[in-house]
Amino acid sequence: MIKLENINKTYTGGTSLHVLKGLNLHIKEGEFVSIMGASGSGKSTLLNILGILDNYDTGSYRLNGVLIKDLDEKTAAEYRNKMIGFVFQSFNLISFKNAMENVALPLYYQGVSRKERNARALDYLDKMGMKDWATHLPSEMSGGQKQRVAIARALVTKPKVVLADEPTGALDSKTSLEVMNILKQINRETGVTIIMVTHSPEMAELTDKIINIKDGVIGSVVETGNRE
Amino acid sequence: MFDLIADILSALGKNKLRTFLTGFSMAWGIFILMVLLGSGNGLRNAILQNYSDVSANTMDMWVGRTTMPYNGLASGRKIVVEKKDLDYMRKEFPQISAISPTRNVWGTTETYGAEYITGGGLYGVTPDYFKINVFNLIEGRNINDLDQQEMRKVVVMHKRNVTNLFKGKDPIGEYIVVNNVPYKVIGVYNNQDRESTPADLVPLSTVEKIYPSRDGYGNITLKLEGIKNKEQSDAFEEKFRSSLASRFGYHPQDRSAIWMWNATSSYFESLNIINGITIFLWLIGIGTLIAGVVGISNIMLVTVKERTKEFGIRKALGARPRNVIALILTESLLITASFGYAGMLLGLGLLNLLQKAFPGPDPNAEGFTPSVFSNPSIDLGIAFSAMAILIVASLFAAYMPARRAVAVKPIEALHYE
Repeated sequence: MIKLENINKTYTGGTSLHVLKGLNLHIKEGEFVSIMGASGSGKSTLLNILGILDNYDTGSYRLNGVLIKDLDEKTAAEYRNKMIGFVFQSFNLISFKNAMENVALPLYYQGVSRKERNARALDYLDKMGMKDWATHLPSEMSGGQKQRVAIARALVTKPKVVLADEPTGALDSKTSLEVMNILKQINRETGVTIIMVTHSPEMAELTDKIINIKDGVIGSVVETGNRE
Repeated sequence: MFDLIADILSALGKNKLRTFLTGFSMAWGIFILMVLLGSGNGLRNAILQNYSDVSANTMDMWVGRTTMPYNGLASGRKIVVEKKDLDYMRKEFPQISAISPTRNVWGTTETYGAEYITGGGLYGVTPDYFKINVFNLIEGRNINDLDQQEMRKVVVMHKRNVTNLFKGKDPIGEYIVVNNVPYKVIGVYNNQDRESTPADLVPLSTVEKIYPSRDGYGNITLKLEGIKNKEQSDAFEEKFRSSLASRFGYHPQDRSAIWMWNATSSYFESLNIINGITIFLWLIGIGTLIAGVVGISNIMLVTVKERTKEFGIRKALGARPRNVIALILTESLLITASFGYAGMLLGLGLLNLLQKAFPGPDPNAEGFTPSVFSNPSIDLGIAFSAMAILIVASLFAAYMPARRAVAVKPIEALHYE
């Protein structure tokens, strides 16, 4: 599903910073993996490259067999829209749109009709147990509820990969566990590949595979044994 | 498209104050422009109306006495202008397209049955009089060439005199007696006139026959043609004055021998003033518009900056650059068009109220009232073009920050707080 070969990324701004140093990574379809690493290890950069939010300098990145390299904004937006679902630490819901409108937004950019996308959004909110909150604004929800809406939004386009950037970083431990269970359940039921960046060893333990990044390359890969 | 607008409306609803401020600068710009230009037109209309009872291209002459000794002749000599002098003027000055000499008979008593009025006087006029003066005939006919040739005793009466003499009876075809001479009433006119008893008009030839005099004409009005500006008008006047001075033998600087009033010059002078005022108002109006555009651009700049993160989210979710640009531009268009339209309606509404307050001349009004402000109005074409300019300018102003919003990488936008 995801194949990174010899990825190099240097940030040039004042002093140039070589973040990813020939990173190789292979993630198979349906895996639920976590990426861990100290601050500055390059894990966020890696996630941004995986999410086609940022470019890389050399190497190659294939997503579902498609080479993702030097794309223009338009193509990048289309690929993001079709193949990737995002879950962010700070939820990133649009504050003046209600839950249903937030979930339906990626479908709007696919040109899906209003009726159809609202129906699908409601369907996914229902799966997250948030159907009763469909007409509520994000400001009226708790952190856990916001993250459920965000997960519904990430899934509504039936992406190949869900990228989660510290999805439990802003949540208490109980809610964090709930969110992790939801992610795991989705992974098991739909077979979608989930890649999660986290600081927390406890959360990482709940995934199938832990990838440790160190100094811009893969340090170690640990199978947790969660998946038989 | 409907989805896009629904999307925008929800964003605008979230930021009511900002939306209002953006819209207000637009509405205010348009409103001020409407009111300024309308007022400019009000001034222009008023000044033009004050010329309405005189054709603008005329020159009035009153024949009097010399006030300076000249060429061995003492001052106080009566100048006599006769028909041959009019022919001379016409021949020497091709700019003169019509000449209307008049002779007045003062101290008249006009009677009809038991009713009488005094003091109005008779104006002896030729048919040219009606070509030169703006003449408001409301009933019957003017004095024509046959009346003049045959010295007919006919009269065109002022409406006020008719009201006083005939007490509501139809005067046309009736006879009034002026100083023991009967005149048939052929017409009624209603020019603005300050006099309580205005003059009545009779053929000049009739006056000359009944009241023979060696004094010549009292007042002569020239109609001028082909004079396009104040310079030409002044040049004509200068040449005309010196020509008459040498013909009648009075001092060229003696303004009282034949007193002249050149309506053409003062008309062009007023026109220059009005044009100056109009240009000034336009400058202020355009300045206001520019301020409006700058205000809108400023707010759009802030708006886009404030929403950088939101645009980042949208881009992460699959919004293409043109989606984001369309969002910003449509939002700008929606605000400027709707508020601009509101401002335009308000401006037109105020002008409408002003129009009611300063309605311009009433053709049946008694007496002459010079106005300084009359019938302010604005060409709707100008109103709409001003709005179009403002909309285009604000679209342009919104496009700049929109381009910048698109250029921000989604990852940077997402981290923007």
